[in-house]
Amino acid sequence: MPDAHAGAAAPSVFAVAFKDAALAALVALGLAAPMLGLVTVQTQSGIELEQHWGRVAIAVAIVFAGRLLLNLTLWRPGRKKSLGYVPPKVEARLARFAKYLAPLAILGAVVMPMLPFTERYAIDLGILVLTYVMLGWGLNIVVGLAGLLDLGYVAFYAVGAYSYALLAQYFGLSFWVCLPLAGILAAFWGVILGFPVLRLRGDYLAIVTLAFGEIIRIVLLNWYWFTGGPNGISGIPRPSFFGLDFDRGDDGFAATFGLDYSPLHRIVFLYYLILALALITNFVTIRLRRLPIGRAWEALREDEIACRSLGINTVNTKLTAFALGAMFAGFAGSFFATRQGFISPESFVFMESALILAIVVLGGMGSQFGVAVAAVVMIGGFELFREFSDYRMITFGLVMVLIMIWRPRGLVSTRSPSVFLKEKKAISGSLVQEGHG
Amino acid sequence: MTEPLLSIRGVTAYYGAIAALKGVDVDVGEGEIVTLIGANGAGKSTLMMTIFGAPQARDGAIVYDGQDITRTPTHKIAQLKIAQSPEGRRIFPRMSVVENLKMGAAVTGYAHYDADLQRMFEIFPRLKERANQRGGTLSGGEQQMLAIARALMSRPRLLMLDEPSLGLAPLIAKQIFAVIAELNRTEGLTVFLVEQNAYHALKLAHRGYVMVNGRITLSGAGRELLEREEVRAAYLEGGR
Repeated sequence: MPDAHAGAAAPSVFAVAFKDAALAALVALGLAAPMLGLVTVQTQSGIELEQHWGRVAIAVAIVFAGRLLLNLTLWRPGRKKSLGYVPPKVEARLARFAKYLAPLAILGAVVMPMLPFTERYAIDLGILVLTYVMLGWGLNIVVGLAGLLDLGYVAFYAVGAYSYALLAQYFGLSFWVCLPLAGILAAFWGVILGFPVLRLRGDYLAIVTLAFGEIIRIVLLNWYWFTGGPNGISGIPRPSFFGLDFDRGDDGFAATFGLDYSPLHRIVFLYYLILALALITNFVTIRLRRLPIGRAWEALREDEIACRSLGINTVNTKLTAFALGAMFAGFAGSFFATRQGFISPESFVFMESALILAIVVLGGMGSQFGVAVAAVVMIGGFELFREFSDYRMITFGLVMVLIMIWRPRGLVSTRSPSVFLKEKKAISGSLVQEGHG
Repeated sequence: MTEPLLSIRGVTAYYGAIAALKGVDVDVGEGEIVTLIGANGAGKSTLMMTIFGAPQARDGAIVYDGQDITRTPTHKIAQLKIAQSPEGRRIFPRMSVVENLKMGAAVTGYAHYDADLQRMFEIFPRLKERANQRGGTLSGGEQQMLAIARALMSRPRLLMLDEPSLGLAPLIAKQIFAVIAELNRTEGLTVFLVEQNAYHALKLAHRGYVMVNGRITLSGAGRELLEREEVRAAYLEGGR
């Protein structure tokens, strides 16, 4: 028989849709029955099973109706699909607009605390967002540029935070002395991690870095006499403004400048501090991209074997990427410590690593602007959903899935070359086949 | 013959327990085009990779310009003015053509970068048209040109090409072979060419080697090999 479909009468669209929806409902029943239908309840005599078949019925009905509706509308066979979700013309226009967007965003960030209607809450949130912007930019060096998937980035954040906290506690060093030290120590740990994983790539590298992140956290948790274990370290000194403390004293910041004391001074100062640190991270990354080492990182991400046969020392290239990424995490960590005044291993769980990585991936690997936007959306979004904290993770997952469907290369997928012939031209991510670019 | 530029003596290489090279002797003299032909899986590409130190030879010696490079790491070998256009081209797909070429000049410290870039655009005008385009968006032939140009950016004495005609239209392959011959004639560039396209390769080369199952079975002048009955039967008949 040449064509089986032609011979049989074509089933109606509705029948097919109905059958598909029924199948989906069956799957929903299988999932919902144990998860929604049966609840264990603690009673005096032990644990009892409570049955809620009504809930199961509702869930199955929703799945069935929704699937049927979608099958008859959006997923209807033969429905013309729109080509690409963002037309290239629009993308090109957006890219041109983006050129002005970045300086505007920086200007906005600088002016924000001075605006009359800005409240303390907004500045606090700004500090939090900027911390993640900085961490995202730091991880972007490792993941976005050098292509080394690092799932334990929070370890370096922890090293930075504990470096400052411990140096301040045991030696009484000030924040400004400890900031560079924390960066150096984190970079050192970056190299320590880098050495054993030099031969690993992709999934294998991810697993080892994940383990490394956990090792650091567990050591901090169990090294009780040194780090305070789960109790953490409290009373971490606050930063001073060129030696002036933010307090009520006569030689404090407010008194020296003839201002009325306000606790807001310190908050605003911290805001500008993290803004400056983040911008330094960004500036250094942008400069490095144009230098041989930055190009070597990107080439390493593309093809390690080709890199080696072009005379690039891949060992040094990887180690510098790890060290620099870790250094910025170290800076951010010591900032975190001085802002909070209290740190414990609880702040450096795997979820943080995952969040930072999600920011980098959603923003578009290698794109500085995209990472910043993703950090604002994710962290700001988390704050918006604080009221409904039960649904936070669901929304988080949903947003991730949607972005990966619509923008599989992240929000900003254009990569502008660092070397040009004559005119500058951004190359759209959609021009390259998925998985080949 | 005077001391060859590259001399390979009794080289063996293994992938795990499997011997890919079983004692190979090859000489490449300064200013020569030497080709290595053989069927799929004969070990041609392995020899190429072994010269570059990945995998390293288990026994035997590879001497380049009087220096033993058998145990030298790959990136150090690349710094000795040996350039390679590897199997499968291995260009950097998300980087632009110019960036790819600039990576090729990394080993020279960008000393002659601007002049060499212009020269590559003269040799391969197609690359100039595509200069700011992503490497991954080029056609197969253009990618091959890019791979060769990238290798040439390091100003090599010895250029090693692995199957430059693979997957190319015959006309493009011919163009690429013409460029290789031209570079050899005008600049005295030494070329070590691994090919399956035996007819073109042997026509182009001064000398050739035939590899079967990790061993060199025949060697001689290119035209001479072309006439040999066993070569014709195995690699040429019907495969032209």
